[in-house]
Amino acid sequence: MWYRGGVGQWSWILHRVTGVGVLVFLCLHILDTFLIILGPEQYNHIIALYRVPLFRVMEVGLFASVLFHALNGVRIILIDFWVDLTRFQRRLFYAEVACFVVVMIPVAYLMLRPVFGW
Amino acid sequence: MTTSLSYSSPKPSGGFELWAWLFMRLSGLALLGLALGHLVIMHLLNNVDAIDYNFVAGRYVGWFWRGYDLAMLLLAMLHGLNGARTLLDDYVPARRRRAAVTLLYLIGAVFLVMGTVAIVCFTPVTAPHS
Ligand code: HEM
Repeated sequence: MWYRGGVGQWSWILHRVTGVGVLVFLCLHILDTFLIILGPEQYNHIIALYRVPLFRVMEVGLFASVLFHALNGVRIILIDFWVDLTRFQRRLFYAEVACFVVVMIPVAYLMLRPVFGW
Repeated sequence: MTTSLSYSSPKPSGGFELWAWLFMRLSGLALLGLALGHLVIMHLLNNVDAIDYNFVAGRYVGWFWRGYDLAMLLLAMLHGLNGARTLLDDYVPARRRRAAVTLLYLIGAVFLVMGTVAIVCFTPVTAPHS
């Protein structure tokens, strides 16, 4: 299945890529959380890895992936159950991208501030 | 080429695939609150500087956050696995598809059990001061 060109192509690819990316992270996250069963040393040892600056930047990427997938999912659901909106298809996608940018700028700032001392 | 107006999987006409299609949309709505709420609480209001064994122990004293996490784990895993099944259908050649989907379900089951055990069975021991 493939949507040719334009806005639909991009939203479809990004929805897939973010969906799989978040699923892969979810599996990693289950592994690290499972270590809590073993005790404080083991759990705190593995969690410390997330405090490395590189990981803090990737954490912003995770937030962005879930947010994009969620907003695009809402667009899909709105159109699937409320077909009239297809007339505004293109504008709906641009509204989604605008929401994404408006939310991500302060979120990225707040998440990275403690790392870089902003 | 099959397409749908929302640039997503077209609505199936019936049977298991229709239920799966509906489940993706309903679990998506539930995850909207659960997953975004989780991100805001754990990555924005708190952050990885604060999260450690003691933090989790404090959070898991009652059953509210255990229930929240369990619901999120279950819905996100089933939503993600069904999404991954769609991808296998699209990209794996037909003769290997059955094996691939079976493998996907086996791996998914292992992760689901591990996550459930961590959420349900965790009982804090006195943590050393950090
Ligand atoms: C935050 C709220 C979420 C919403 C509103 C949402 C919505 C959706 C919707 C409506 C679909 C169906 C698309 C289709 O039928 O073509 C979908 C697909 C998918 N979702 Fe989500 N989802 C959310 C969270 C998640 C999470 C946390 C994961 C990872 C565990 C995930 C992974 C996937 C995958 C892998 C697909 C398949 C992509 C495809 O078929 O192209 N989603 N999502």
